[in-house]
Amino acid sequence: MSTTFESPIAERAKLAVRDLNFHYGKFQALKNINLDVPERKVTAFIGPSGCGKSTLLRVFNRMFELYPEQRASGTVSLDGEDILSTRLDVSLIRAKIGMVFQKPTPFPMSIYDNIAFGVRLFEALPRVEMDERVEWALKKAALWNEVKDKLQQSGASLSGGQQQRLCIARGIAIKPEVLLLDEPCSALDPISTGKIEELIHELKSDYTVVIVTHNMQQAARCSDYTAYMYLGDLVEFGATSDLFMKPRKKDTEDYITGRFG
Amino acid sequence: MSAERQRRVPWADGAFAIAAHAAAWLTLALLAGIILSLVVGAWPAIREYGVSFLWRSDWDPVEEKFGGLVMIYGTLATSAIALMIAVPVSFGIALFLTELAPGWLRRPLGVAVELLAAVPSIVYGMWGLLVFGPILATWVQEPMQRWFGEWPVIGGLVSGAPVGIGILSAGIILAIMIIPFIAAVMRDVFETTPAMLKESAYGLGSTTWEVVWKIVLPYTKTGVIGAVMLGLGRALGETMAVTFVIGNFNQLDTLSLFEAANSITSALANEFAEAAPGLHQASLIYLGLILFFITFVVLGCSKLLLASLKKNEGSKT
Amino acid sequence: MSLTKLDPARMRLHNRRKVVNAIALTLSLAAMAFGLFWLAWILFETLRLGVGGLAVSVFTEMTPPPNAESGGLANAIFGSLTMVGLATALGTPIGILAGVYLAEYGQRTWLGRITQFINDILLSAPSIVIGLFIYATVVARFKTFSGAAGVLALALIVIPVVIRTTEGMLVLIPNSLREAAYALGTPKWKVIWSITLKAARAGVVTGVLLALARIAGETAPLLFTALNNQFWSADLGQPMASLPVTIFKYAMSPYDNWRDLAWAGVFIITLGVLALNILARVLFRTRK
Repeated sequence: MSTTFESPIAERAKLAVRDLNFHYGKFQALKNINLDVPERKVTAFIGPSGCGKSTLLRVFNRMFELYPEQRASGTVSLDGEDILSTRLDVSLIRAKIGMVFQKPTPFPMSIYDNIAFGVRLFEALPRVEMDERVEWALKKAALWNEVKDKLQQSGASLSGGQQQRLCIARGIAIKPEVLLLDEPCSALDPISTGKIEELIHELKSDYTVVIVTHNMQQAARCSDYTAYMYLGDLVEFGATSDLFMKPRKKDTEDYITGRFG
Repeated sequence: MSAERQRRVPWADGAFAIAAHAAAWLTLALLAGIILSLVVGAWPAIREYGVSFLWRSDWDPVEEKFGGLVMIYGTLATSAIALMIAVPVSFGIALFLTELAPGWLRRPLGVAVELLAAVPSIVYGMWGLLVFGPILATWVQEPMQRWFGEWPVIGGLVSGAPVGIGILSAGIILAIMIIPFIAAVMRDVFETTPAMLKESAYGLGSTTWEVVWKIVLPYTKTGVIGAVMLGLGRALGETMAVTFVIGNFNQLDTLSLFEAANSITSALANEFAEAAPGLHQASLIYLGLILFFITFVVLGCSKLLLASLKKNEGSKT
Repeated sequence: MSLTKLDPARMRLHNRRKVVNAIALTLSLAAMAFGLFWLAWILFETLRLGVGGLAVSVFTEMTPPPNAESGGLANAIFGSLTMVGLATALGTPIGILAGVYLAEYGQRTWLGRITQFINDILLSAPSIVIGLFIYATVVARFKTFSGAAGVLALALIVIPVVIRTTEGMLVLIPNSLREAAYALGTPKWKVIWSITLKAARAGVVTGVLLALARIAGETAPLLFTALNNQFWSADLGQPMASLPVTIFKYAMSPYDNWRDLAWAGVFIITLGVLALNILARVLFRTRK
């Protein structure tokens, strides 16, 4: 545990990462990461391909455990409790930390059932309450007006941007506390991207959001705090306006100004 | 963080995993069980004859003297004939389907080939006996006897009554049966050739035949051999297509292709249900064990060859 | 150097290559025609000789003694439907579970690799050997041929087919779908059951149909398990009639009425098998 870590954030730390190392087999993908993710703010991870930003994100909900050759060491604390220690049932952790992926992944079922699927895992709601929950989630994801008359249609019948908002609604429906977004707009057109960025802005009043993006302008637009990563190291982390206007490290400045990418 | 939410059915994960693992173990147990029961059933014959069973040729249920040579020869000879006919034809069909056929024709023809592969073998057997056999007799066997009957070695092969049964008939029917099978696998194998590789060859001015013969075939050669061996495995184990036309005759007086003969599968099909327990039944099971062993080796090799081809093309996650 | 006038040596080589190409392609076309020819002939003969023997009596009367006036295949058809149906019902769950194991649990384990290898062997193993196995274990033990033994033998043929197709379909489902379900906190069994298998549903059903079509035409495994039965029997503990075995017995006989019934039986089986195959294809294509 690192006692000399000074967190640059003003808010309470929702997720506290200490001395995190990550390996794919023999290859070390994350090197000694120390980071605080502030509560109810949007934190962006940026950096060139292969820097480890998605890897770091996938540690937060222990998605890496699906693959035996991937290992993490260190601690990641959610509200003070380390989620990497294996006593805890991982599906309960994932109920608190939701994730949206790069490509929209609607389940092979109706729009209604897509949203209800996660809820049914943990709660036995009567029909009326489930309807309300589905409506609430779809409204939060700014999708309700577009699908309210076709809830029984297959999730796959929506456009790409709508499908991605469906996945966001699905993740919100189980009322997590943290939302992890892994390049959520990379498969979408600019208009859908704009809608989702608006959504992110609204979501942060209720959720802690962490977004990985390879689009620096998006990070500058959407996030309150930004972490710049390079080759597995956390190079710099701070308030977005500080990082983009007056970066402390030269490496950060080189990346932001496009001297390399 | 407390677990204010509980999982709805906590034991389901373990139960499902156990069921899936058990099903996998069942498959292994099945194979072990088959080998074991065959060995146990054949034991009286194994103890009596040992390995000499493979080259003894008497088969006398009354005198209780048995030997597997006739059936083993029948199985190998019919399969050899089948392969000799089927491999070039399947190759031609696979070539047609992948390189020659115009786009709109490719799917229907491919489907036709696959449907042919689905026709049950008993249909081939019956058709072979009642429709093809007589035609083979008049149009192939009789002429061949007239022309080659007096020749030194070949004469022996075409002797005997030309009634449309025998090893040649069985071999031909078997060939027709396994052609669609081998052709479909060969086609799938040819299609794994990267388009860029073929385009490079065409770009240099190669003809279609040259691309196939010099680029596609060498690239897919392990897969092609695997396909052939898969077909061989099928031919060796085929019962009905062979039993109808092979003649069910347990002596091997001549090596003629026209004489009635027997294969392992046809001997089993014809005799096992009424075989007396004891040496007769045990000898038949011994034959089954030999057949299983042969097909096991052939199929194992084919699987290894096909798998090594897949490794080259890249696999799923 | 002009493109249209080559020197004689190059011209000869060029022409020879063109000729070789033309011969090869013609032979390939001939091979295709050859293959199609047999299919057409076999199907045509089956149709011609089978339809002639078809009458309502085929479906309503029992298998007759030789040279009888009337007779049908009712007990054989019933026996086949029963045994094939039960075998599919028995073998499908086991096959799907093992296919799930191979695709979802055992991907890089030694058990997974061996099971896959063994399964492919069993897939192409001689079906008559399966019959021998069931004979040695079931028939010999209970000292009677029985329909149940026939069901078991057929089920052992269904299982490898369903394993192969289930696994093949499941590995096509992209990992991102599974991860999306895990990210919600879904336990593994539910990810497999409600998401992955559901997404692969069309392919898995196709596999089951193909397995059904395969055993519908199988004769060898029934020869010394269910044997045959001249009379109507719904008793699984006794020998049971089946279409393929009845055809086998009748086809090689010298009696005309038996041969006609055998052709009718062949026609029915071929029709059924082809219909199942086509249904499986259509199902697969529309769901995708």
